[in-house]
Amino acid sequence: MIKAKNLNKIFYTPEPLHALSDVSLDVAAGEVVVVIGPSGSGKSTFLRCLNRLEYADEGEVWIEGRNILDPACDINKVRAEVGMVFQSFNLFPHMSVLENLTMAQMTVRGRNRSDSESKAMGLLKKVGISDKHGVYPDQLSGGQQQRVAIARALAMDPKVMLFDEPTSALDPEMVGEVLDVMKTLAREGMTMVVVTHEMGFAREVADRVVFMDMGKIIEEGTPEHFFTSPRHERARNFLNQIL
Amino acid sequence: MLLVTVGFLWAASNSVEYVWRWNRIPQYFWVQKHVDVRAEQQGTLVETLTKDGARFVVLQEDDGTRVQQKLEPGMSLTPAQGDYVYLGDVLGTYRVSEPGVLLQGLWVTLEVSLISIVFGITFGVLTGLARISENPALKWGAITYIELIRGSPLLVQIFLWYFVAGTLVNNLLMQAGLGQVPPMWFGVLALSVFTGAYVAEIVRAGIQSVHRGQMEAARSLGLNYSQAMRKVILPQAFRRIMPPLAGQFISLVKDSSLLGVIAIRELTKATREVVSSSLQPFELWILCAVLYLLLTFTLSLFVSYLENKAVR
Repeated sequence: MIKAKNLNKIFYTPEPLHALSDVSLDVAAGEVVVVIGPSGSGKSTFLRCLNRLEYADEGEVWIEGRNILDPACDINKVRAEVGMVFQSFNLFPHMSVLENLTMAQMTVRGRNRSDSESKAMGLLKKVGISDKHGVYPDQLSGGQQQRVAIARALAMDPKVMLFDEPTSALDPEMVGEVLDVMKTLAREGMTMVVVTHEMGFAREVADRVVFMDMGKIIEEGTPEHFFTSPRHERARNFLNQIL
Repeated sequence: MLLVTVGFLWAASNSVEYVWRWNRIPQYFWVQKHVDVRAEQQGTLVETLTKDGARFVVLQEDDGTRVQQKLEPGMSLTPAQGDYVYLGDVLGTYRVSEPGVLLQGLWVTLEVSLISIVFGITFGVLTGLARISENPALKWGAITYIELIRGSPLLVQIFLWYFVAGTLVNNLLMQAGLGQVPPMWFGVLALSVFTGAYVAEIVRAGIQSVHRGQMEAARSLGLNYSQAMRKVILPQAFRRIMPPLAGQFISLVKDSSLLGVIAIRELTKATREVVSSSLQPFELWILCAVLYLLLTFTLSLFVSYLENKAVR
Protein backbone atom coordinates (compact mmCIF):
# COMPACT_ATOMS: atom_id res chain seq x y z
CA MET A 1 0.00 0.00 0.00
CA ILE A 2 2.68 2.48 1.10
CA LYS A 3 6.33 1.92 0.42
CA ALA A 4 8.88 4.54 1.43
CA LYS A 5 12.46 3.87 0.44
CA ASN A 6 15.53 5.68 1.74
CA LEU A 7 13.86 9.05 2.20
CA ASN A 8 16.17 11.97 2.83
CA LYS A 9 15.12 15.50 3.57
CA ILE A 10 17.25 18.44 4.57
CA PHE A 11 15.77 21.73 5.77
CA TYR A 12 17.88 24.82 5.43
CA THR A 13 16.98 26.96 8.39
CA PRO A 14 19.44 28.28 7.11
CA GLU A 15 21.79 25.80 8.75
CA PRO A 16 21.24 22.41 7.14
CA LEU A 17 19.06 20.22 9.34
CA HIS A 18 18.85 16.59 8.40
CA ALA A 19 15.15 16.06 9.07
CA LEU A 20 15.04 12.61 7.50
CA SER A 21 17.95 10.34 6.83
CA ASP A 22 17.40 7.10 5.00
CA VAL A 23 13.92 6.44 6.31
CA SER A 24 12.29 3.35 4.86
CA LEU A 25 8.91 1.93 5.81
CA ASP A 26 6.37 -0.42 4.26
CA VAL A 27 2.75 -0.30 5.28
CA ALA A 28 0.48 -3.12 4.21
CA ALA A 29 -3.20 -2.68 3.39
CA GLY A 30 -5.28 -2.66 6.55
CA GLU A 31 -2.30 -2.09 8.77
CA VAL A 32 -2.20 0.53 11.52
CA VAL A 33 1.28 1.97 12.01
CA VAL A 34 1.88 4.37 14.87
CA VAL A 35 4.93 6.62 14.64
CA ILE A 36 6.21 7.98 17.92
CA GLY A 37 9.26 9.88 18.97
CA PRO A 38 10.40 13.09 20.65
CA SER A 39 9.53 16.39 19.00
CA GLY A 40 11.89 17.33 16.22
CA SER A 41 12.55 13.70 15.44
CA GLY A 42 11.21 14.04 11.91
CA LYS A 43 8.03 12.02 12.34
CA SER A 44 5.70 14.74 11.04
CA THR A 45 8.06 15.47 8.17
CA PHE A 46 8.04 11.78 7.29
CA LEU A 47 4.24 11.67 7.34
CA ARG A 48 4.01 14.76 5.16
CA CYS A 49 6.39 13.19 2.66
CA LEU A 50 3.88 10.39 2.18
CA ASN A 51 1.44 12.69 0.37
CA ARG A 52 4.11 15.07 -0.90
CA LEU A 53 3.09 18.03 1.24
CA GLU A 54 6.80 17.84 1.87
CA TYR A 55 8.92 16.91 -1.14
CA ALA A 56 11.65 14.47 -0.11
CA ASP A 57 15.08 15.32 -1.46
CA GLU A 58 16.01 11.73 -2.13
CA GLY A 59 14.33 8.35 -2.10
CA GLU A 60 11.07 6.94 -3.36
CA VAL A 61 7.52 6.97 -2.09
CA TRP A 62 5.20 4.45 -3.66
CA ILE A 63 1.49 4.76 -2.96
CA GLU A 64 -0.50 1.89 -4.44
CA GLY A 65 2.15 1.28 -7.07
CA ARG A 66 2.61 4.93 -8.02
CA ASN A 67 5.86 6.72 -7.34
CA ILE A 68 4.71 10.12 -6.11
CA LEU A 69 8.19 11.65 -6.24
CA ASP A 70 8.19 11.11 -9.99
CA PRO A 71 7.38 14.55 -11.44
CA ALA A 72 5.15 12.87 -14.03
CA CYS A 73 2.90 11.50 -11.30
CA ASP A 74 -0.46 13.28 -10.97
CA ILE A 75 -0.18 14.04 -7.28
CA ASN A 76 -3.78 15.26 -7.00
CA LYS A 77 -5.08 11.82 -8.02
CA VAL A 78 -2.92 10.20 -5.35
CA ARG A 79 -3.87 12.70 -2.67
CA ALA A 80 -7.54 12.02 -3.29
CA GLU A 81 -6.83 8.44 -2.15
CA VAL A 82 -4.79 9.52 0.87
CA GLY A 83 -6.74 11.29 3.59
CA MET A 84 -4.89 13.52 6.00
CA VAL A 85 -5.82 14.83 9.43
CA PHE A 86 -3.83 17.73 10.85
CA GLN A 87 -2.90 18.73 14.36
CA SER A 88 -4.62 22.09 13.93
CA PHE A 89 -7.73 20.65 12.18
CA ASN A 90 -7.49 23.12 9.28
CA LEU A 91 -11.22 23.11 8.64
CA PHE A 92 -12.35 25.71 6.12
CA PRO A 93 -13.75 28.48 8.32
CA HIS A 94 -15.86 30.09 5.59
CA MET A 95 -17.84 26.92 4.94
CA SER A 96 -20.41 25.16 7.06
CA VAL A 97 -19.59 21.70 8.38
CA LEU A 98 -21.59 20.13 5.58
CA GLU A 99 -19.84 22.24 2.92
CA ASN A 100 -16.49 21.29 4.41
CA LEU A 101 -17.40 17.68 3.71
CA THR A 102 -18.98 18.10 0.29
CA MET A 103 -16.67 20.62 -1.41
CA ALA A 104 -13.83 18.25 -2.29
CA GLN A 105 -16.24 15.45 -3.19
CA MET A 106 -17.87 17.67 -5.77
CA THR A 107 -14.69 19.38 -6.97
CA VAL A 108 -12.34 16.41 -7.10
CA ARG A 109 -14.58 13.37 -7.33
CA GLY A 110 -17.16 15.09 -9.50
CA ARG A 111 -20.06 13.81 -7.40
CA ASN A 112 -23.32 15.72 -7.54
CA ARG A 113 -24.60 17.66 -4.58
CA SER A 114 -27.16 15.22 -3.28
CA ASP A 115 -24.79 12.24 -3.39
CA SER A 116 -22.10 14.29 -1.66
CA GLU A 117 -24.50 15.46 1.00
CA SER A 118 -25.85 12.03 1.80
CA LYS A 119 -22.29 10.72 1.99
CA ALA A 120 -21.38 13.64 4.27
CA MET A 121 -24.39 13.13 6.54
CA GLY A 122 -23.57 9.46 6.88
CA LEU A 123 -20.02 10.27 7.94
CA LEU A 124 -21.11 12.98 10.36
CA LYS A 125 -23.37 10.41 11.97
CA LYS A 126 -20.48 8.01 12.15
CA VAL A 127 -18.27 10.53 13.98
CA GLY A 128 -21.22 11.44 16.20
CA ILE A 129 -22.05 15.04 15.24
CA SER A 130 -24.81 14.72 12.66
CA ASP A 131 -26.77 17.50 14.37
CA LYS A 132 -24.01 20.03 13.65
CA HIS A 133 -24.05 19.89 9.86
CA GLY A 134 -25.27 23.47 9.45
CA VAL A 135 -22.92 25.26 11.82
CA TYR A 136 -19.55 26.80 11.08
CA PRO A 137 -16.29 25.35 12.42
CA ASP A 138 -15.64 28.16 14.93
CA GLN A 139 -18.85 27.20 16.74
CA LEU A 140 -17.52 23.72 17.46
CA SER A 141 -15.26 22.50 20.22
CA GLY A 142 -11.79 21.28 19.33
CA GLY A 143 -12.80 17.65 19.58
CA GLN A 144 -15.81 18.21 17.36
CA GLN A 145 -13.67 20.10 14.83
CA GLN A 146 -11.18 17.27 14.67
CA ARG A 147 -13.97 14.73 14.16
CA VAL A 148 -15.31 16.89 11.32
CA ALA A 149 -11.79 16.96 9.86
CA ILE A 150 -11.65 13.17 10.00
CA ALA A 151 -15.05 12.96 8.33
CA ARG A 152 -13.90 15.45 5.69
CA ALA A 153 -10.94 13.21 4.82
CA LEU A 154 -13.14 10.08 4.84
CA ALA A 155 -15.64 11.69 2.48
CA MET A 156 -13.16 11.17 -0.34
CA ASP A 157 -13.22 7.38 0.27
CA PRO A 158 -9.48 7.29 0.84
CA LYS A 159 -7.55 4.04 0.88
CA VAL A 160 -5.06 5.37 3.42
CA MET A 161 -5.44 7.80 6.29
CA LEU A 162 -2.54 9.84 7.64
CA PHE A 163 -2.91 11.39 11.10
CA ASP A 164 -0.46 14.13 12.11
CA GLU A 165 -0.71 14.41 15.91
CA PRO A 166 -4.51 14.62 15.73
CA THR A 167 -5.01 15.02 19.49
CA SER A 168 -2.09 17.28 20.39
CA ALA A 169 -4.05 20.51 20.08
CA LEU A 170 -7.04 19.24 22.06
CA ASP A 171 -8.10 19.80 25.63
CA PRO A 172 -7.53 16.56 27.56
CA GLU A 173 -11.23 15.77 27.97
CA MET A 174 -11.74 15.84 24.20
CA VAL A 175 -8.92 13.50 23.31
CA GLY A 176 -11.04 10.44 24.00
CA GLU A 177 -13.81 11.23 21.52
CA VAL A 178 -11.29 11.68 18.69
CA LEU A 179 -9.37 8.52 19.59
CA ASP A 180 -12.64 6.58 19.68
CA VAL A 181 -13.36 7.58 16.09
CA MET A 182 -9.85 6.52 15.08
CA LYS A 183 -10.22 3.18 16.86
CA THR A 184 -13.45 2.53 15.01
CA LEU A 185 -11.69 3.27 11.73
CA ALA A 186 -8.85 0.93 12.59
CA ARG A 187 -11.29 -1.85 13.48
CA GLU A 188 -12.99 -1.39 10.12
CA GLY A 189 -9.72 -2.18 8.40
CA MET A 190 -8.57 1.27 7.30
CA THR A 191 -4.88 1.54 6.49
CA MET A 192 -3.55 4.16 8.87
CA VAL A 193 -0.29 5.90 9.65
CA VAL A 194 -0.61 7.80 12.90
CA VAL A 195 1.90 10.22 14.38
CA THR A 196 0.90 10.64 18.00
CA HIS A 197 1.97 10.96 21.60
CA GLU A 198 -0.96 8.84 22.79
CA MET A 199 0.82 5.75 24.04
CA GLY A 200 -2.46 4.15 25.11
CA PHE A 201 -3.73 4.38 21.57
CA ALA A 202 -0.48 2.95 20.22
CA ARG A 203 -0.59 0.02 22.60
CA GLU A 204 -4.24 -0.75 21.97
CA VAL A 205 -4.67 -0.16 18.26
CA ALA A 206 -1.31 -0.30 16.51
CA ASP A 207 -0.23 -3.31 14.51
CA ARG A 208 3.23 -1.86 14.47
CA VAL A 209 5.01 0.91 16.37
CA VAL A 210 7.81 2.88 14.78
CA PHE A 211 10.11 4.96 16.97
CA MET A 212 11.96 7.82 15.34
CA ASP A 213 14.70 10.06 16.62
CA MET A 214 17.03 12.52 14.86
CA GLY A 215 15.44 11.81 11.50
CA LYS A 216 15.99 8.06 11.68
CA ILE A 217 13.81 5.07 12.41
CA ILE A 218 15.45 3.59 15.46
CA GLU A 219 13.10 0.90 16.57
CA GLU A 220 10.25 -0.87 14.85
CA GLY A 221 8.03 -3.68 16.10
CA THR A 222 4.79 -4.82 17.65
CA PRO A 223 3.41 -2.75 20.54
CA GLU A 224 4.17 -5.51 23.03
CA HIS A 225 7.74 -5.63 21.91
CA PHE A 226 8.16 -1.88 21.85
CA PHE A 227 6.56 -1.07 25.17
CA THR A 228 8.03 -3.98 27.12
CA SER A 229 11.46 -4.70 25.72
CA PRO A 230 12.80 -2.06 23.36
CA ARG A 231 16.24 -2.94 22.12
CA HIS A 232 17.52 0.56 21.71
CA GLU A 233 18.81 2.76 24.49
CA ARG A 234 17.13 5.93 23.22
CA ALA A 235 13.73 4.26 22.90
CA ARG A 236 14.06 3.05 26.50
CA ASN A 237 14.92 6.56 27.69
CA PHE A 238 11.99 7.99 25.80
CA LEU A 239 9.58 5.48 27.31
CA ASN A 240 10.93 6.10 30.78
CA GLN A 241 10.30 9.80 30.39
CA ILE A 242 6.71 9.60 29.20
CA LEU A 243 5.31 6.53 30.95
CA MET B 1 -16.59 72.03 14.27
CA LEU B 2 -18.72 71.92 11.17
CA LEU B 3 -20.89 74.78 12.44
CA VAL B 4 -17.83 76.90 13.23
CA THR B 5 -16.42 76.26 9.75
CA VAL B 6 -19.70 77.12 8.08
CA GLY B 7 -20.07 80.21 10.25
CA PHE B 8 -16.58 81.37 9.44
CA LEU B 9 -17.08 80.75 5.75
CA TRP B 10 -20.31 82.74 5.81
CA ALA B 11 -18.76 85.65 7.71
CA ALA B 12 -15.69 85.72 5.51
CA SER B 13 -17.68 85.56 2.30
CA ASN B 14 -19.87 88.43 3.57
CA SER B 15 -16.85 90.57 4.27
CA VAL B 16 -15.58 90.10 0.71
CA GLU B 17 -19.14 90.76 -0.49
CA TYR B 18 -19.65 87.44 -2.16
CA VAL B 19 -23.26 87.01 -3.15
CA TRP B 20 -24.52 83.50 -2.50
CA ARG B 21 -27.04 82.42 -5.07
CA TRP B 22 -27.88 78.81 -4.32
CA ASN B 23 -31.15 79.23 -6.18
CA ARG B 24 -29.23 79.37 -9.46
CA ILE B 25 -27.58 76.03 -8.89
CA PRO B 26 -30.40 73.51 -9.64
CA GLN B 27 -30.47 74.52 -13.31
CA TYR B 28 -27.04 72.98 -13.79
CA PHE B 29 -28.40 69.78 -12.41
CA TRP B 30 -31.58 69.49 -14.29
CA VAL B 31 -32.44 71.71 -17.20
CA GLN B 32 -36.09 72.59 -17.19
CA LYS B 33 -37.31 75.32 -19.51
CA HIS B 34 -40.12 76.28 -21.81
CA VAL B 35 -39.28 76.58 -25.46
CA ASP B 36 -41.49 78.55 -27.86
CA VAL B 37 -42.21 77.15 -31.26
CA ARG B 38 -42.76 79.88 -33.82
CA ALA B 39 -44.48 79.75 -37.16
CA GLU B 40 -42.15 79.28 -40.12
CA GLN B 41 -44.82 80.24 -42.67
CA GLN B 42 -47.90 82.39 -42.47
CA GLY B 43 -51.51 81.62 -43.22
CA THR B 44 -54.78 80.52 -41.70
CA LEU B 45 -54.57 77.66 -39.26
CA VAL B 46 -56.79 75.06 -40.87
CA GLU B 47 -56.25 71.87 -38.92
CA THR B 48 -53.79 69.66 -37.05
CA LEU B 49 -53.09 66.17 -38.25
CA THR B 50 -51.12 63.17 -37.08
CA LYS B 51 -48.83 61.43 -39.51
CA ASP B 52 -46.44 58.57 -38.66
CA GLY B 53 -46.88 59.31 -34.94
CA ALA B 54 -45.92 62.98 -35.26
CA ARG B 55 -48.28 65.94 -35.05
CA PHE B 56 -48.37 68.61 -37.74
CA VAL B 57 -50.15 71.91 -37.97
CA VAL B 58 -51.55 72.86 -41.39
CA LEU B 59 -51.53 76.50 -42.51
CA GLN B 60 -53.31 77.69 -45.62
CA GLU B 61 -51.63 80.61 -47.35
CA ASP B 62 -53.53 83.37 -49.09
CA ASP B 63 -53.07 81.76 -52.49
CA GLY B 64 -54.60 78.53 -51.22
CA THR B 65 -51.43 76.46 -50.89
CA ARG B 66 -51.20 74.48 -47.71
CA VAL B 67 -48.00 74.07 -45.71
CA GLN B 68 -47.29 71.78 -42.75
CA GLN B 69 -45.12 72.40 -39.72
CA LYS B 70 -44.10 69.70 -37.29
CA LEU B 71 -45.06 70.09 -33.62
CA GLU B 72 -43.20 68.72 -30.59
CA PRO B 73 -44.93 66.00 -28.62
CA GLY B 74 -46.96 67.27 -25.65
CA MET B 75 -47.01 70.77 -27.06
CA SER B 76 -50.02 73.01 -26.55
CA LEU B 77 -51.34 75.04 -29.46
CA THR B 78 -51.81 78.74 -28.78
CA PRO B 79 -53.87 79.93 -31.84
CA ALA B 80 -57.33 78.47 -32.37
CA GLN B 81 -58.52 76.93 -35.59
CA GLY B 82 -59.30 79.61 -38.17
CA ASP B 83 -56.89 82.17 -36.69
CA TYR B 84 -54.52 83.86 -39.03
CA VAL B 85 -50.90 83.17 -38.09
CA TYR B 86 -48.12 85.54 -39.07
CA LEU B 87 -44.55 84.51 -39.67
CA GLY B 88 -42.80 84.26 -36.30
CA ASP B 89 -45.98 84.08 -34.22
CA VAL B 90 -45.84 81.70 -31.28
CA LEU B 91 -47.59 78.50 -32.25
CA GLY B 92 -47.14 76.96 -28.82
CA THR B 93 -44.64 75.99 -26.15
CA TYR B 94 -43.17 72.74 -24.98
CA ARG B 95 -41.09 71.83 -21.94
CA VAL B 96 -37.51 70.62 -22.13
CA SER B 97 -36.50 68.50 -19.16
CA GLU B 98 -33.06 66.91 -19.32
CA PRO B 99 -29.99 66.31 -17.12
CA GLY B 100 -27.77 69.34 -16.74
CA VAL B 101 -24.00 69.56 -17.05
CA LEU B 102 -23.29 68.65 -13.43
CA LEU B 103 -25.49 65.56 -13.47
CA GLN B 104 -23.90 64.45 -16.74
CA GLY B 105 -20.48 64.96 -15.16
CA LEU B 106 -21.52 62.99 -12.08
CA TRP B 107 -22.70 60.19 -14.32
CA VAL B 108 -19.40 60.14 -16.25
CA THR B 109 -17.46 60.02 -12.96
CA LEU B 110 -19.62 57.15 -11.76
CA GLU B 111 -19.29 55.27 -15.03
CA VAL B 112 -15.53 55.70 -15.31
CA SER B 113 -15.05 54.73 -11.65
CA LEU B 114 -17.19 51.61 -11.79
CA ILE B 115 -15.58 50.31 -14.98
CA SER B 116 -12.13 51.05 -13.56
CA ILE B 117 -12.98 49.26 -10.31
CA VAL B 118 -13.98 46.14 -12.23
CA PHE B 119 -10.81 46.22 -14.36
CA GLY B 120 -8.73 47.22 -11.35
CA ILE B 121 -9.89 44.17 -9.37
CA THR B 122 -9.19 41.92 -12.35
CA PHE B 123 -5.68 43.31 -12.92
CA GLY B 124 -5.04 43.34 -9.18
CA VAL B 125 -6.08 39.74 -8.50
CA LEU B 126 -4.16 38.41 -11.49
CA THR B 127 -1.06 40.41 -10.58
CA GLY B 128 -1.37 39.49 -6.91
CA LEU B 129 -1.49 35.80 -7.85
CA ALA B 130 1.46 36.25 -10.19
CA ARG B 131 3.33 38.06 -7.44
CA ILE B 132 3.24 35.00 -5.14
CA SER B 133 3.76 32.53 -7.98
CA GLU B 134 6.84 30.37 -8.03
CA ASN B 135 7.27 31.00 -11.73
CA PRO B 136 10.06 33.63 -11.89
CA ALA B 137 8.75 35.21 -15.10
CA LEU B 138 5.30 35.82 -13.58
CA LYS B 139 6.73 36.92 -10.27
CA TRP B 140 9.21 39.41 -11.66
CA GLY B 141 6.72 40.62 -14.25
CA ALA B 142 4.31 41.41 -11.42
CA ILE B 143 6.98 43.11 -9.34
CA THR B 144 8.07 45.26 -12.30
CA TYR B 145 4.48 46.29 -13.05
CA ILE B 146 3.78 47.17 -9.42
CA GLU B 147 6.98 49.16 -8.97
CA LEU B 148 6.62 51.04 -12.27
CA ILE B 149 3.06 52.07 -11.55
CA ARG B 150 3.62 52.98 -7.93
CA GLY B 151 6.72 54.95 -8.83
CA SER B 152 5.17 57.58 -11.09
CA PRO B 153 2.40 60.16 -10.60
CA LEU B 154 -1.06 59.24 -11.80
CA LEU B 155 -1.32 62.51 -13.72
CA VAL B 156 1.80 61.62 -15.72
CA GLN B 157 0.41 58.15 -16.38
CA ILE B 158 -2.84 59.64 -17.64
CA PHE B 159 -0.86 61.84 -20.06
CA LEU B 160 1.16 58.84 -21.18
CA TRP B 161 -1.95 56.79 -21.84
CA TYR B 162 -3.73 59.54 -23.72
CA PHE B 163 -1.02 61.47 -25.53
CA VAL B 164 1.38 58.60 -26.23
CA ALA B 165 -0.56 55.34 -26.26
CA GLY B 166 -3.77 57.09 -27.38
CA THR B 167 -2.13 58.94 -30.24
CA LEU B 168 -0.39 55.80 -31.45
CA VAL B 169 -3.48 53.62 -31.21
CA ASN B 170 -5.78 56.12 -32.86
CA ASN B 171 -3.32 56.84 -35.67
CA LEU B 172 -2.88 53.14 -36.34
CA LEU B 173 -6.65 52.69 -36.31
CA MET B 174 -7.03 55.56 -38.71
CA GLN B 175 -4.47 54.05 -41.08
CA ALA B 176 -6.41 50.82 -40.94
CA GLY B 177 -9.57 52.76 -41.74
CA LEU B 178 -11.20 52.00 -38.39
CA GLY B 179 -12.98 54.23 -35.89
CA GLN B 180 -11.29 56.07 -33.06
CA VAL B 181 -11.15 55.03 -29.41
CA PRO B 182 -12.76 57.81 -27.34
CA PRO B 183 -10.63 59.42 -24.59
CA MET B 184 -12.78 57.86 -21.89
CA TRP B 185 -11.27 54.45 -22.52
CA PHE B 186 -7.72 55.73 -22.14
CA GLY B 187 -8.82 57.31 -18.88
CA VAL B 188 -10.34 54.03 -17.73
CA LEU B 189 -7.13 52.20 -18.67
CA ALA B 190 -4.96 54.69 -16.79
CA LEU B 191 -7.11 54.44 -13.67
CA SER B 192 -7.52 50.66 -13.69
CA VAL B 193 -3.87 49.93 -14.41
CA PHE B 194 -2.94 52.33 -11.62
CA THR B 195 -5.43 50.80 -9.17
CA GLY B 196 -4.49 47.27 -10.24
CA ALA B 197 -0.95 47.75 -8.94
CA TYR B 198 -2.19 48.74 -5.49
CA VAL B 199 -4.89 46.07 -5.41
CA ALA B 200 -2.23 43.49 -6.30
CA GLU B 201 -0.29 44.26 -3.15
CA ILE B 202 -3.47 44.17 -1.07
CA VAL B 203 -4.47 40.82 -2.60
CA ARG B 204 -1.00 39.40 -2.02
CA ALA B 205 -1.07 40.43 1.62
CA GLY B 206 -4.58 38.96 1.95
CA ILE B 207 -3.59 35.61 0.47
CA GLN B 208 -0.49 35.40 2.60
CA SER B 209 -2.54 36.16 5.71
CA VAL B 210 -4.56 32.96 5.24
CA HIS B 211 -2.97 30.24 7.31
CA ARG B 212 -0.67 27.87 5.42
CA GLY B 213 -2.64 24.92 6.82
CA GLN B 214 -5.65 25.93 4.73
CA MET B 215 -3.74 25.39 1.51
CA GLU B 216 -2.30 22.12 2.84
CA ALA B 217 -5.72 20.84 3.88
CA ALA B 218 -7.19 21.70 0.49
CA ARG B 219 -4.30 20.12 -1.40
CA SER B 220 -4.35 17.02 0.79
CA LEU B 221 -7.95 16.44 -0.33
CA GLY B 222 -6.76 16.31 -3.93
CA LEU B 223 -7.65 19.82 -5.06
CA ASN B 224 -5.15 21.29 -7.47
CA TYR B 225 -3.55 24.68 -6.87
CA SER B 226 -6.11 26.78 -8.71
CA GLN B 227 -9.08 24.91 -7.21
CA ALA B 228 -7.62 25.39 -3.73
CA MET B 229 -7.10 29.08 -4.46
CA ARG B 230 -10.61 29.61 -5.76
CA LYS B 231 -12.53 27.54 -3.22
CA VAL B 232 -10.49 27.94 -0.06
CA ILE B 233 -7.87 30.69 -0.07
CA LEU B 234 -9.38 33.56 -2.07
CA PRO B 235 -12.79 33.54 -0.32
CA GLN B 236 -11.02 33.88 3.01
CA ALA B 237 -8.53 36.41 1.70
CA PHE B 238 -11.25 38.62 0.20
CA ARG B 239 -13.04 38.83 3.49
CA ARG B 240 -9.92 40.25 5.10
CA ILE B 241 -8.93 42.65 2.35
CA MET B 242 -12.38 44.23 2.04
CA PRO B 243 -11.51 47.33 4.17
CA PRO B 244 -8.22 48.19 2.38
CA LEU B 245 -9.89 47.49 -0.98
CA ALA B 246 -12.67 49.92 -0.08
CA GLY B 247 -10.04 52.56 0.67
CA GLN B 248 -8.41 51.92 -2.68
CA PHE B 249 -11.68 52.29 -4.56
CA ILE B 250 -12.54 55.48 -2.73
CA SER B 251 -9.16 56.81 -3.86
CA LEU B 252 -10.02 55.75 -7.37
CA VAL B 253 -13.27 57.72 -7.39
CA LYS B 254 -11.42 60.80 -6.23
CA ASP B 255 -8.52 60.27 -8.64
CA SER B 256 -10.96 60.17 -11.54
CA SER B 257 -11.11 63.98 -11.10
CA LEU B 258 -7.74 64.09 -12.88
CA LEU B 259 -9.30 62.75 -16.07
CA GLY B 260 -10.57 66.25 -16.91
CA VAL B 261 -7.11 66.95 -18.33
CA ILE B 262 -7.70 64.58 -21.24
CA ALA B 263 -11.06 66.00 -22.26
CA ILE B 264 -13.22 63.64 -20.28
CA ARG B 265 -16.04 65.74 -18.92
CA GLU B 266 -16.34 64.18 -15.49
CA LEU B 267 -17.64 65.93 -12.41
CA THR B 268 -14.62 68.17 -11.78
CA LYS B 269 -14.30 69.31 -15.37
CA ALA B 270 -18.06 69.86 -15.59
CA THR B 271 -17.89 71.99 -12.44
CA ARG B 272 -15.00 73.98 -13.84
CA GLU B 273 -16.95 74.68 -17.02
CA VAL B 274 -20.02 75.80 -15.11
CA VAL B 275 -17.92 77.97 -12.80
CA SER B 276 -16.34 79.79 -15.71
CA SER B 277 -19.72 80.52 -17.26
CA SER B 278 -21.72 81.26 -14.11
CA LEU B 279 -19.09 82.92 -11.91
CA GLN B 280 -20.38 81.19 -8.80
CA PRO B 281 -17.28 79.33 -7.68
CA PHE B 282 -18.19 79.07 -3.99
CA GLU B 283 -21.48 77.28 -4.42
CA LEU B 284 -20.29 75.09 -7.26
CA TRP B 285 -17.03 73.87 -5.76
CA ILE B 286 -18.73 73.15 -2.43
CA LEU B 287 -21.39 71.24 -4.32
CA CYS B 288 -18.75 69.38 -6.30
CA ALA B 289 -17.07 68.24 -3.10
CA VAL B 290 -20.41 67.16 -1.62
CA LEU B 291 -21.17 65.11 -4.73
CA TYR B 292 -17.83 63.28 -4.47
CA LEU B 293 -18.58 62.70 -0.82
CA LEU B 294 -21.92 61.23 -1.80
CA LEU B 295 -20.26 58.80 -4.21
CA THR B 296 -17.52 57.70 -1.82
CA PHE B 297 -19.90 57.42 1.12
CA THR B 298 -22.23 55.20 -0.90
CA LEU B 299 -19.25 53.07 -1.83
CA SER B 300 -18.21 52.78 1.83
CA LEU B 301 -21.73 51.78 2.83
CA PHE B 302 -21.86 49.17 0.08
CA VAL B 303 -18.54 47.66 1.10
CA SER B 304 -19.43 47.53 4.79
CA TYR B 305 -22.70 45.88 3.78
CA LEU B 306 -20.70 43.24 1.88
CA GLU B 307 -18.39 42.89 4.85
CA ASN B 308 -21.27 42.28 7.24
CA LYS B 309 -22.86 39.83 4.87
CA ALA B 310 -19.61 37.91 4.56
CA VAL B 311 -18.70 38.09 8.23
CA ARG B 312 -17.96 34.37 8.32
